[in-house]
Amino acid sequence: MSKLDFDVPAKGGFSFDLCKRNDMLMKKGVQPPSYRKTGTTIVGLIFQDGVILGADTRATEGPIVCDKNCEKIHYMAPNIYCCGAGTAADTEAVTDMVSSQLQLHRYHTGRESRVITALTLLKSHLFNYQGYVQAALVLGGVDVTGPHLHTIYPHGSTDTLPFATMGSGSLAAMAVFESKYHEGLTRDEGIKLVTEAICSGIFNDLGSGSNVDVCVITKGHKEYLRNHLLPNPRSYVSAKGFSFSKKTEVLLTKVTPLKEKVEIIQAGEAMEE
Amino acid sequence: YPYVTGTSVVGVKYKDGILMASDMGASYGSTLRYKSVERMKPIGKHSLLGASGEISDFQEILRYLDELILYDNMWDDGNSLGPKEVHSYLTRVMYNRRNKFNPLWNSLVLGGVKNGKKYLGTVSMIGVHFEDNHVATGFGNHLARPILREEWREDLSYEDGVKLLEKCMRVLLYRDRSAVNKIQIAKITEEGVSISKPYSLRTFWEFNAFRNPTVGAEGSW
Repeated sequence: MSKLDFDVPAKGGFSFDLCKRNDMLMKKGVQPPSYRKTGTTIVGLIFQDGVILGADTRATEGPIVCDKNCEKIHYMAPNIYCCGAGTAADTEAVTDMVSSQLQLHRYHTGRESRVITALTLLKSHLFNYQGYVQAALVLGGVDVTGPHLHTIYPHGSTDTLPFATMGSGSLAAMAVFESKYHEGLTRDEGIKLVTEAICSGIFNDLGSGSNVDVCVITKGHKEYLRNHLLPNPRSYVSAKGFSFSKKTEVLLTKVTPLKEKVEIIQAGEAMEE
Repeated sequence: YPYVTGTSVVGVKYKDGILMASDMGASYGSTLRYKSVERMKPIGKHSLLGASGEISDFQEILRYLDELILYDNMWDDGNSLGPKEVHSYLTRVMYNRRNKFNPLWNSLVLGGVKNGKKYLGTVSMIGVHFEDNHVATGFGNHLARPILREEWREDLSYEDGVKLLEKCMRVLLYRDRSAVNKIQIAKITEEGVSISKPYSLRTFWEFNAFRNPTVGAEGSW
C-alpha cells in the first residue's frame, strides 16, 4: 500500500479522532472536566407592539454557581436579540457568529436584518453539528414583516410561538405563562408577566437564580433592561468589617465603595460599534 | 417497573379542610388507555388518599389500608385513625418496600381533617415524606408547584381553592402528555369526604398566533 499523506480532517464538522481515547479514559475512571452550563430560565413573549425577552443571570459549573450575574440576552442585530440556554460557550459562540454574518449581510443588501434570516442561519448551523453544539435559544425581534419569536433546539428544530420558555426552569416559567398569557398585552403588562415567569424559574428551579434581565424590542426601538429586578440582594454584611492578623497595626481605615470606581458602559451601545 | 400509570395529583389546604384534584386517566405505556380511573379514595372517616404512578400498586395500597381500618374498627374504642397516623403507616410501608428493592411505584398524597386540625402530606415511592400546605406529585411538581407557591393563601375559600386547583390542572392539561381532560375534585372537611363527579376543563386554543403562526415568517413552522 502506498504511504498516504497525513490525513487532513475534512472541512467543517468535527473530527472524531479523540473520541476513542476519551472513552478509554472514562472507563479508567477519569472524569471529564465539567463545562460551564447556563442551567437557566429564558422566556420570550409577543405583545401588542413587539417582543419582550427575559432571562435569569446565573451560570453554573456542575453544582457550583460560577457567575452570579452573567448576561444571557445576546445581541444579534439592532432589532434582534437572542437568549441562550445550554452550554455557555456554545450559545455565545453561535450567537456571535450569526451576529457577524448578519452584519455582513446587512452591508451586502443595505436593508434591516430579518428575524427569519437569523433563524435559518442558526438552525442550519446547529443541524450540521447534529446536536453536539448544545445551544437552546429563544430568538426574538421586530423587522419589516412584524414581531417574531422563535425557539431553536440544539438539534436544529425550530418553533414559532407567541410565548416560549427554554432551559431547566422552563416548566416553572411555562406554568406562569400558560395561566396568565392573553392576546393584546400592553408593554407594562408584558414586562410584568415576563418578570413573574423568570422569578418563578429563579425561585423554583435550582439551576436558575440571581437577577432578572429584560429586553423589550419594538419597531425601530429597543430597550435592554439589565438587572431589571434584583430579588436576591446581599442582605447580610458582616458588621466587624475586615480584620487583619494580630501583628499588623491598623493605621488608617478608608472605605471606598467600588461603584464609584467602575464606569458602567451601556451594554447595548458598546456592542453596536 | 410501572406500566399502567396515572399522572399528577395536586392538593391544597383551604379554610375548612383539604382540596385535592386529579385527572381520571391511566396510560398504558404511551397510550391513554383508561379514562375513568378514580385515583382518589376516602380512607376511614378522616382521610383522603390520592395516588399517581402504577395503578396496580395503588390498588394494593388500598387493600393494606382497608385491612388497617378494619382492625382499627374492630377495637371499637371510639377512636379512629386520623390522617397523620395513616400517613406514617404509609411512609413505613413505602420505605420498607424500597429497602427490599421492590418498591410500590407510587407518589401518594394524603389529606384529612381530624378534631379540627387539617393535615396534608405526601409520600414518594422511595419513602420521602413531608407535610406542607400544598403538595403535588409527578409533573405537578414542576408545573403546579410554582403556581401554588405564588398564589396559595392561608384562608382560601372553597371557590377560590377550586379555581386555584383548576388553574393548575389546566396548565397540566396543556403541557403534560399523559393528562386527560376529565378531572375530579375531592374535598374533605370535618364533616366528611365528598368526591365530585368527573367534569372537563375549558381550554383555549384560539390564540391568533397558534392559528396562523407563520404569518410574517413564511417558511418556518
